[in-house]
Parts: sequence; structure tokens; C-alpha cells
Amino acid sequence: MIRFVVRRLLLLIPILFGLSILLFIWVRALPGGPATALLGERATPERIAQINKAYGFDRPMITQYLTYMKRVVRFDFGQSITLRKDVTAELVRRFPATIELSMAAMLFAVGVGIPLGFMAAKRERTWFDYGAVTASLIGVSIPVFFLGQILKWVFALKLNWLPTIGRLAPTRELVHHTNFNVLDSLLALDGGALWDSIEHLILPGIALGTIPLAIIARITRASVLEVLNDDYVRTARAKGLRTSTVNRVHVLRNSMLPIVTVIGLQTGLLLSGAVLTETVFAWGGMGQLIAGAVLDKDYPVIQGGVMFLAIVFVLVNLVVDVLYAFIDPRIRVS
Amino acid sequence: MSVLTRRQRAEQLNDPDVANSLTREAWRRIRQNPLAIVGGTIIVFFVLIAVFAPMLAPFNPRSNAWFDQIRPTSIPGPSRDHWFGLDEGGRDELSRLIFGARASLMIGVLSLGIGAVAGAFFGLVAGAFGGWVDSLIMRLTDILLAVPSLLLALSVAAVIGQSQTAIVVAVAVPNVPLFARMLRSSMLGERQKDYVTSATSVGVRRRSLVMRHVVPNSLAPMLVQASLALSTAIIDAAALSFLGLGSADPGVPEWGRMLANTTRLLNVAPHLALFPGVAILITALGFNLFGEAVREALDPKLRR
Amino acid sequence: MSEPLLVVDDLHVTFQIRGGRALRAVDGVSFAVRAGETVGIVGESGSGKSVTALAILGLLPSRGVTTSGSILLNGQQLLGASEHDMQDVRGRRAAMVFQDPMTSLNPVLTVGRQLTETITRHLGVKREAARDRAAELLDRVGIPEPRQRLKNYPHQLSGGMRQRVMIAIALASDPALIIADEPTTALDVTIQAQVLELLREVVRESNTALVMITHDLGVIAGICESVNVMYSGRIVESNERHHLFASPRHHYTRGLLASVPRLDGAQGRLVPIPGSPSDVIAWSDGCAFAPRCPAASDACRGQAPELVISPEGGTLRCVQPAPLGMPVWSGR
Repeated sequence: MIRFVVRRLLLLIPILFGLSILLFIWVRALPGGPATALLGERATPERIAQINKAYGFDRPMITQYLTYMKRVVRFDFGQSITLRKDVTAELVRRFPATIELSMAAMLFAVGVGIPLGFMAAKRERTWFDYGAVTASLIGVSIPVFFLGQILKWVFALKLNWLPTIGRLAPTRELVHHTNFNVLDSLLALDGGALWDSIEHLILPGIALGTIPLAIIARITRASVLEVLNDDYVRTARAKGLRTSTVNRVHVLRNSMLPIVTVIGLQTGLLLSGAVLTETVFAWGGMGQLIAGAVLDKDYPVIQGGVMFLAIVFVLVNLVVDVLYAFIDPRIRVS
Repeated sequence: MSVLTRRQRAEQLNDPDVANSLTREAWRRIRQNPLAIVGGTIIVFFVLIAVFAPMLAPFNPRSNAWFDQIRPTSIPGPSRDHWFGLDEGGRDELSRLIFGARASLMIGVLSLGIGAVAGAFFGLVAGAFGGWVDSLIMRLTDILLAVPSLLLALSVAAVIGQSQTAIVVAVAVPNVPLFARMLRSSMLGERQKDYVTSATSVGVRRRSLVMRHVVPNSLAPMLVQASLALSTAIIDAAALSFLGLGSADPGVPEWGRMLANTTRLLNVAPHLALFPGVAILITALGFNLFGEAVREALDPKLRR
Repeated sequence: MSEPLLVVDDLHVTFQIRGGRALRAVDGVSFAVRAGETVGIVGESGSGKSVTALAILGLLPSRGVTTSGSILLNGQQLLGASEHDMQDVRGRRAAMVFQDPMTSLNPVLTVGRQLTETITRHLGVKREAARDRAAELLDRVGIPEPRQRLKNYPHQLSGGMRQRVMIAIALASDPALIIADEPTTALDVTIQAQVLELLREVVRESNTALVMITHDLGVIAGICESVNVMYSGRIVESNERHHLFASPRHHYTRGLLASVPRLDGAQGRLVPIPGSPSDVIAWSDGCAFAPRCPAASDACRGQAPELVISPEGGTLRCVQPAPLGMPVWSGR
């Protein structure tokens, strides 16, 4: 098992190496060079020269590449142009907010998606089933940023049940140890802050979780339908096991493989979907940082953000492969 | 099982051109699938609106002739003159929606076309040449697939700047590795099949074989991927426009930006968020429904 | 003689298929099995033999299936019993061994887990005791090093071993009845004999009744005391095994026998039954076997032949049976 993980981690290296080269070329492929693009209409020869010097764009390509790589290996993407902050530090500081939101979204997607798909499969070709299939097709077609707005309008503005934006009420004070607000409120033993953090998570979590929910429900349904026809499920029934045991031990567990794959893939996609959700709910996570950087052409932030999220994405998929092996002994042994 | 399927099988056997009858069979299944009918109707409706936008729109979408009616606290909703109300800039919402359909269709089709053609080209090259060419292309797709698609599109758009071209290219790029992989793997799959082996054994040249047999047989999965990807392309294009990466000219109607502009105005004019959002939703749903139906038609085993 | 353990009486199973049509998979089947007895049900695929087996344990899908008749196990009516009650019957009083041990065992659970879950379910013992019992069972079905094997996954065992595990699972709570549905079909020929021998041994030791469902008369010859031959959902002939083999009266039975290779070389050549099981006419229009029957005449059509008690014992559903004592292998 350890060897398997190590081998997969080694496979990560060429991918990240390739990505870093792409990101290097990418910034230098800008029309008129990065400095011109950065300054836009404010570009004057003096300012361009100034920027080129400051960022080393005036040096020979090969020197630039070597310095670039030396820094990338240390995960140093330099200073953000607009925020004047260290990119890596800023990404790390905001990362917990994005993870917290993604986890809330995944919790919602898995918690609702798997039971929904399972029940649809058990009631195949009934109205419940047709309804679930239709709902999931609509679910994958809803733009996150639209759903976010609608949820905000209905539950925050009209009904006033939940907060509109942010992660915590502005008046609340919370000591940040981890930047995970739920965790920090637990550490501070502050029930009010905990409830406040959770309330703030609900709407963005639902908005971000809806697409994965729809996809997970569909995959669960298809997978369970397939497993329900398998011989060992009939064996389990023939053994006189209670229906709940058959469902839990034999049907769900055996349907998990494709579900886990999809959950993994979706977790990676959540991180990029967070760019939109965070913008709608002013969440202040990595996503919002990247969205802003894209508009401001803040290249160090984009480079760092893309690299950071790509690593997370690949690592999540690695975790999925390991989980696989735990679920299916046939993979574990070979 | 039933009488019907036995008759169908007989028909298929009698048909001299099996491939032809397979597509005909798939076509028949598409027409009988309610998903396809609903999806197809939505697509046709959407395309008609996009194509005939100048004739259908009651007003010029860029004209802000009614700006004097706009107040910070109230924006006129649907009325007899303006069926969908006015937008925050005093323009006719319905006309903007209609022209927005045009932008969406154009961006969606162009970006998908570019992505699919480029992807198919790389996949074809990889599959046909094999060896180091194949390895190189596949490693490149690995790298591109390691970045979530919206993020990839965002970073591409960031390079090009605010324009609809940026959105087209940005949405096209994440499709390239997908189509490249798909075409390559279905080509490799086809190559294993008996008819290719037998054709090579009677001396058909490899290149002509690839062009004449392998490519047409790989088209079916491409078609499915294309119809599903169109839905994603339309949503992603709207997302980029929502984030402010669309046309630099704010007068150009784009569904994504129309939504973005109303974020601050939710309490004042929720209809301004509702209309473009629902437009994106219905269009994406149409392509999703149709793509699903095509997938089911091509592979009845998936029918669940 | 004692009361039979299992009495199946006039069992009908009808599948509702698309287009509003109905398929009578089992069409008035009756037979009885006494404790310790081994009864065979033989027929081609589609004859309704497996559906009969599933009906006994209440394992048929609940939707699109209608059943009628009666299935009594020790006097308890199983047909129409609640799912909850059936769960107490299955595995406890009547167990089943399925055809393909590769797919019938759960690939992601250890053999031990799959054994102990049925033991704890029915015998109400603790985990430790269940493991002891599981090892004991594996030992009983002839698996060496049972304690180690409990930790194995199905894919780590050979096909024969897997079927032994299936038999061990069936034996877990000493059921009075075991139904084996083609238990040897998926196995290598050399393994088939071993598994049959094992089944014969375990039912003899514990006085378990065994219903052996197969398409293979060779299997019947090796193990069953009496045989029911099914065709198109109905029993067409039944008798004690030696009578049936010595003097088959129904032409379908004769066809089955003639298509089985014999090891003693007593036959001239193998004669397949012409046509396929799909060449049937509905029983209401006459004998379903008539389209394939060498002796069919006008008398066979128009109305279904009744199942009658034949003079030499057993039952027979044929208006023009082969004469008594006529062997199948005439040395053609």
C-alpha cells in the first residue's frame, strides 16, 4: 500500500513539472510581453522597463527560467501585484475558507445525493425515480452563480432566515488559530460563533453542492441498479439477512466504487467551482482571490493559485485511488 | 425479448449496410425518447431565437432610452411595453435576453468547435502515429487535465483579456484534452477489432484504413461528448462573463454579465437575476437532455 | 411413511412482460420432498425449474410477478408469507446453493464475514462463537486450513473451493432443506464430481432434504432418488430415478437421455433433441413439446395432456407415451 502511494506521488512530479513550464511560457506569451498586459492603457516605455526590471523579464529566457524554477520548487510565487502580499502566504491563509466551504458542499452533496440515488434505484420506474432523474438533470444544468443568487434572494433577503454574505457576522470576534471558522469556534468553546459559522455555510454550501449532488445521485442510482442485479445480493437474501443488512453490507458497499470515483472528481471540481460561489457570497477564500486576480491580471497570484489547486486536485484523486483499494480487495491484493 | 426486438434484429440482418442501419436504429431510438424531444425542442427554440434575434427583439438591446425610469430603489418590472421589464441601465430586458441567446450560441458553438477540432486533431495524430508522438500528446493532456476546467479557462482568459474571443478560446482549451483522449482511445479500441485486423491482412494501407474506417467509427462517442460539452460550454461561458471576463463593452448583452450586474440589485429587481439565470438553465438543460438521449440511443445498455 | 417436509402444490408463477403480455414461467407444478430425500428437477433453460426454486424461498422479484398455489414447508405456508417471515425461513430452515460461485459470493467481503453473517443472524451467537462455527463448517466441506481461509476473499479461492464455501454457507444453521440450483454447471468437470459427492455426503450425514435443479441428467443419475422432468413450466414426467432411467415414457425425457453421453459406451451415437425450447405452443393449445416431438400426432394438439399416474408408479403427461420397457439406446 505504501509503495502504491509513493509510486503515485512520484507520478505527480512530471505533471507538476510540465504544468510549471506551461505557466512559465504562458505569462511570457502575452501580447507585448507581461508588462504591457499588466499596465494596459497606463503602459509607457519607462513603466514597462521598470516592471521588466522588477520582475526580471529583461534577462535572458534561460536565466529567467532557472530563477523561476528555483522559486517554484520552494513554492514561492513572489509578491501579488495588486495586494502587495506574498502569494503563497495569502493562498495558504485563504485556503481553509475554501476547504471549509467545499467540505460543507460535499457533505450536502453526499448526504443527500447517495440516499436519493439509492432510493431511486430501489424504486426503479416509479414516479419517485422519474422525479429524481429529472431533478438531477436540472441540477447539473443550473449555473452555480445563478443558484447562489436565487438562494440569497429567497432565504436571506426575503425570508431573512440566513445571512447573505461572508463567513461570520461582522460584529462577532473570533480568535483564528486554523482559519477554519467551525474549528476555531470549537477551539474557543464559543457556541454562538459555531452556530454563526454554520449559518453562513448553509447557502453557499447548497449552491456549490448542487451540481455534485446531482451527479452523485445519478451515479449512485446507476451503480445500485447494477449491483441489485448481482448474484451475491440474491445470495445475501437467500441467507435470510434482514433487508437493511442486505442493503447496507452488500448493496451499498459494492456500489461504492464508481461513487467514490465521482466524489473524488467532484471534490477537485468544487475547488474551482468555489471561484464562482465565493464571488456570489463574498466568501473571502482562495476562489475569490483568484477571480479578482484574473480581472486584475495579477499573474503571480494566478500562477500560484493554478499550481496550488492543481496539486490539491491531483492529491484528492490520489486519495480516491487509495480509498478504492480499501473498498475493493481485488485491487488491494494485485 | 418481445416480438418487436426480434423483428428489429431481423431488419438489421437483412440490411446490407450494418453501420448505416445502426445509425438508423439510433435515430429511431432518439425520436422515441421523450428526453430527446424535450431537449431537441429547447435547442431548436434557442437556435431560432439566436439566429433571428434582430427580427424578434422588440427594441435595440443597446438603447438606454428609458434610463430616466431607473431609480436606485426601483427598476420597472414587466409591463405592456417591456414584457420582461427594464435592466439597471434603462435598456429593454427582453431584447437583451434575445441578443444574449445569440452571444451564448455563438460562444458555445465556436468554443466547442475549436476545442473538438483541435482535440480530435491531437487525438488522431496520437492514435495514428503512436510511439513518442503519442506519449508526448498524452502527457500534455495529463497536465491539462490536472487543472480543473473552469480554472484552466479562467487562466487562459486572463492572458487574452476582456473580450468575447477570450471566452471562446478559454472555454475551448479545457475541451482539447477531453476530445484528444476520447478520439485516441476509441481509435485504439477500433484497431483491436476484427475488421481492422482482416483489412490489414489483405493489404489495405494503414493510413487509408484509419481515414476510411477508424475515424467514422469513432464519431459516435464524439457526438455524445459534443452535445454534453455544449451545455458545459454555455454555462462556463456565462460563468466567465459573470466574473467580468466578457466583452469590454458593457452594452454588449451577455447572459452571464446580465446576472453579475444584478448581484447588488437583488432586493430591488430580482427579476433581473431570474430571467438570464433561467435562460442559461433552460438552454443548458436542453443540451443535457439531448446529449443524454443520444448517449442512450448509441448504447442501449446505458438505458437506466 | 412420514409427512413430507416440502409440499409444492399447483404452483403458478406468471411474469408480466412489456406490452401487457404474461409469461407463465411455472404452470401448475406439484411435487413433494421428504426429510433426507434428494429430489431432482431437470429441464432445459427456460423450463421453469429455477423459477420454481426461487419461488420456494420467496426470492422472486415483487413487481411484475404473480404467484398462486401452495408451498408448505413443515406445514407452514410459504407462498404469500411476509418478507419478514421469509427472512426467518431463508438460510435457517431452507437454504440455497447457486450456480456460479464466482458471482454468488460477494467479492469485497471475506469468506469468514459471509459465513459468520448468516450464523449470527440465525443462531444468535456472538462473533467469536460464530467464527468457530464458520471454521468448523469449512472443515466439514473439506477446505484445508479453515482458520486461514476465513480471512481470504473469494477471488483468492479456486472455483471448486468457492462452491464448497457456498455449501458451507447453506449448511450454516442446519437447514432442513437445501435447494441447489445447477451447483456444478459453472465448475470444471473434475471438480463437478467432487462437489456432487460433497453434497451427497452432507445431506446424508444431517438427514437434510435436497432439491437438485439441473439440466444435466448425469448429475441426477449420481445423486437423486426421484426425478421431476419439467418442460415449458410444467412437469411432464416424474418417477423414481431407476424407473425413469430404465424406462422413460415421455419423449422429452427420452430426448434428454439420448443427448447425454454415456461412459459405458452402450449407446450408438448422441441424438440431440431437434429444435429449441423456444419452439413451443401454449399448453392451452396442446402439448408444448409437440413441435419437437418425434411421436407427435394430431392427438397431441387441441388440448393439453393431463398429468396422470402411470402404471409403473410416477406420473406422466403424454397422450402417446413410449411403450414400457423400451430403452433409449436401441443400438442404432
